[in-house]
Amino acid sequence: MNRRALLLAPFGVAVLAGAGFWTVLGRMRQGSFDPHDVPSPLLGKPVPDFTLPGLAAYQGFSAADLLAQLRAGGRPMLVNFFASWCVPCVIEHPELMALSRDGLPIWGIAYKDKPEAASGFVAQRGNPFQRIAADQPGRVAIDWGVYGVPESYLVDAGGVIRWRMAGPITPQIAAEQLRPLLKTLA
Amino acid sequence: MIPELGHFALALACALAFAQAVLPIWGAHRADARLMRAAPALALGQLLALGCAAAALVWSSVADDFTVLNVAENSHTLKPLLYKVTGTWGNHEGSILLWALILALCGGAVAAFGRGLPSALRARVIGVLGGSSAGFLLFCLLASNPFNRMWPPPLDGRDMNPLLQDAGLAFHPPILYAGYVGFAVPFAFAVAALLEGRIDAAWGRWVRPWTLASWSLLTGGIALGSWWAYYELGWGGFWFWDPVENASLLPWLTGTALLHSAIVVEKREALKVWTVLLAIGTFSLSLAGTFLVRSGILNSVHAFANDPTRGVFILGLLAIVIGGSLLLFAFRAPVLAPGGLFAPLSREGALVLNNILLCSIAAVVITGTMYPLVADFVFGSKISVGAPFFNATVLPLAAPIFAAMVVAPGLAWKRARLGPALIRLWWAAVAALAVGLTAALGPAQAFPALAFGAAAWMILGAFAEIVERIRLFRTGLGNSLSRLAGLRLSVWGTTLGHAGMGVLVAGVAGMSLATQNVVLLRPGQSVEAAGYSWTLVGLRDRPGPNYAERVATLRVAPLGAASAGGSFVMEPSRRTFPVQRMTTTEAAIETNGLADIYAVLGEERDGAALMRLHYNPLAPWIWIGALIMAAGGGLSLLDRRARVGAPAKARTRAQAEAQAPDAGSAVA
Amino acid sequence: MRRLLLVLLLAGSAALGPAHAISDPAEMLANPAQEARAEAVGRQLRCLVCQNESIEDSNADLARDLRRIVRSRIAAGETDHQVVGWLVARYGDFVRLNPPLNAVTLMLWFSPVLALGAGLLAVLLARRRRIIAAAPLTEAEQARLAELLPDTGARAPGAGR
Repeated sequence: MNRRALLLAPFGVAVLAGAGFWTVLGRMRQGSFDPHDVPSPLLGKPVPDFTLPGLAAYQGFSAADLLAQLRAGGRPMLVNFFASWCVPCVIEHPELMALSRDGLPIWGIAYKDKPEAASGFVAQRGNPFQRIAADQPGRVAIDWGVYGVPESYLVDAGGVIRWRMAGPITPQIAAEQLRPLLKTLA
Repeated sequence: MIPELGHFALALACALAFAQAVLPIWGAHRADARLMRAAPALALGQLLALGCAAAALVWSSVADDFTVLNVAENSHTLKPLLYKVTGTWGNHEGSILLWALILALCGGAVAAFGRGLPSALRARVIGVLGGSSAGFLLFCLLASNPFNRMWPPPLDGRDMNPLLQDAGLAFHPPILYAGYVGFAVPFAFAVAALLEGRIDAAWGRWVRPWTLASWSLLTGGIALGSWWAYYELGWGGFWFWDPVENASLLPWLTGTALLHSAIVVEKREALKVWTVLLAIGTFSLSLAGTFLVRSGILNSVHAFANDPTRGVFILGLLAIVIGGSLLLFAFRAPVLAPGGLFAPLSREGALVLNNILLCSIAAVVITGTMYPLVADFVFGSKISVGAPFFNATVLPLAAPIFAAMVVAPGLAWKRARLGPALIRLWWAAVAALAVGLTAALGPAQAFPALAFGAAAWMILGAFAEIVERIRLFRTGLGNSLSRLAGLRLSVWGTTLGHAGMGVLVAGVAGMSLATQNVVLLRPGQSVEAAGYSWTLVGLRDRPGPNYAERVATLRVAPLGAASAGGSFVMEPSRRTFPVQRMTTTEAAIETNGLADIYAVLGEERDGAALMRLHYNPLAPWIWIGALIMAAGGGLSLLDRRARVGAPAKARTRAQAEAQAPDAGSAVA
Repeated sequence: MRRLLLVLLLAGSAALGPAHAISDPAEMLANPAQEARAEAVGRQLRCLVCQNESIEDSNADLARDLRRIVRSRIAAGETDHQVVGWLVARYGDFVRLNPPLNAVTLMLWFSPVLALGAGLLAVLLARRRRIIAAAPLTEAEQARLAELLPDTGARAPGAGR
């Protein structure tokens, strides 16, 4: 009996591993699990402290400005890191315009972008941002835990980061994740 | 037309594989000689059909047939011919076809070279190989068919990843896969033995050449991959503990254990259960590695297809092959007659320790590779497990192996005394100590010094067996020399295999002392680094077939040497591929066998070039060591006494008739 | 203990050879001891936009930025622990190539001991059973054997081989 148990052990391990992989693959196909996404440790924490200059026509802003706006407005806002050289940012742009039209305040930060290029980007495609700052060296982005563009952070009325999206906000993501969250925070 | 013929050949091969899986095993079960005899023919037929399919794909690539989807996605009219041919296996579908082709080659090889095997065993082995082939070909046809067409064809293809357009690519995958997939044959032997209910010394002898061949090829394939990364990726690294690298290392670890375990089966008919489990395990790891790389589950720089749907199909295949064989093992292993008893301190005992240590290393590598997935899925915690973890956990497990592998060949079978085995190594120990101390006092710190000492221990100790056999210094020189000439090849094989490992360790230890300098040079400027003077002669453009290249010409001379003599030219470059929009660096490497000098061209600023100049002591020994190991395996393979077609054919036939009496009567 | 582990790890990773993507001499710190420390710390940190490379190995922009940050913080006098902690606060444990030792990673770090232990246990159990199986015959069994093999006498050849 003991011997049989020992001999069945490799089979048992294989079955466990197989069942595990089956579950993982199933969730991956559903879309509820992504081994490649990196969660943010800033969720549930207040926004990091920063001050950024602006672009040509736009004044920059700081963390204090953000918090002041949140206190005044009493509603959550989106901070969006973008760049003119970033293709997924172009893909995300129409959805940002839609969200902005629906009343979500969006403040943009141009990451490692020449000021003229970033200005040109919003001038050409439309401006979903109420305020825009420029982070050319990219240091402030690192304080936010940004590792690529586009990345968006939803900050609630109390100044706490509630949601983070690494990658473009597609209409599907906005419908499934962002808008429901906005409703609960309102 | 040709792609359609290829497609048909692929389907034909699949059908033949199914026949190959079912008929011979049924024949062996029923002792039906005709069905058993059909096995080699079916295996060769499948090989032929699959060969035609592969040839059709290569032809489509060479002829720039962009109606074939695979060619359109991975090739380009301007791609050099060599890469059109070798690039067929640089993508997902092509590599699956290569897998299947090599599996078919294994079946064909057993058919061609396995004539000395008893017909029932051969039939079962070919049958099991056919089963694996059938599964793979079905996957190929249904989920990753290289012959899918597209209409209308694009004007030109999307070209292949520039990193892969390299001579090293031509040889790394086929050799690696031949090793990987080659372990299907020992796997088939193990399953056949479980079906038959018997493992004996003869089985051990038959399985050995196939294990040796696969192991040597896998060693060579891994080394080639590592060398390719070293010179192509441009920063002197050679092993990154990347998940795909680990996936190729795992079968190597258990395959090494299998190789040594099979010796015990052959010599003492012991360790049968270990050996069967290792044979099943090694091929299972090869299969599982294939699955992981193609499922999108892993974060890896190598990962092919991020397609969970394909992953599900392969998972099903794995469930049948691995689950089935392990279940068979659980129920049939007790039927295998228990082997010879042995004391814990004996050659068998040392080999059991070897098995345990190698399998422990494999377990740690599996755990480290899969842990990020487990932590994410089960705990929701996102972590990384990288080189620092593996280095810290694998090295302490490898160290006892390095120490013991020198002593173990000197231990007697069944019951040994440690004293004599150690005493005959006194000179190797002294030399190792001397090397270690010299290194510690000289350039190295503690860790590398230890490694150098261990390397000396391994290299010198490996020759102890030969010294013993030729009775060096104990009889006359003439006698020793004649004994040397008469030594079996397998003794040389073992010696080279073990010494090669030592050379590899020395190479890795040397690389830990590597230095690098980052400099900004204008044309005409010189800099001194690592005992050489480096002068940037000039920068120029050089056109390539499908890239634009910027070349730097460096004149390098050892310091202190005469100005003209002893200097040489190095030309590192950067290549920009317009179609894929990627830039690769081509490092320039000069080697004198004992160290590598390595120069990389970086960005240019105002006419000056950023260059990185490396000095890598003993770097070539890493790959020379691996080559020596593989050569050792090859030498053992050439030893006539270890091969199936060995002398005493009459005895083999009599053995065959004794073991399969019912079949024997029908065989001529 | 944690310090010892870190030292062992740094020594271990040093032993397997450096690999650098620094492409600017201006990036390197003037003090060679500090530069060596920065390099060792960098090799523990993952480049987040690459697959499985450290920031020392990668050519990516983000890797370069993180290298600069590591060096400037080390030059400012922070310990290795503090520098890594600063990055973990922003990017999470994912940025560490050398995983932390906590409840989640306990199985990971103990895997070598567990694997070795399991192997030795299996072998011991197998030996124990083998020894039991090879125990000498009882009286009744000897008598039966003598019955079956009359011409060899009561002494039976050893059970099994």
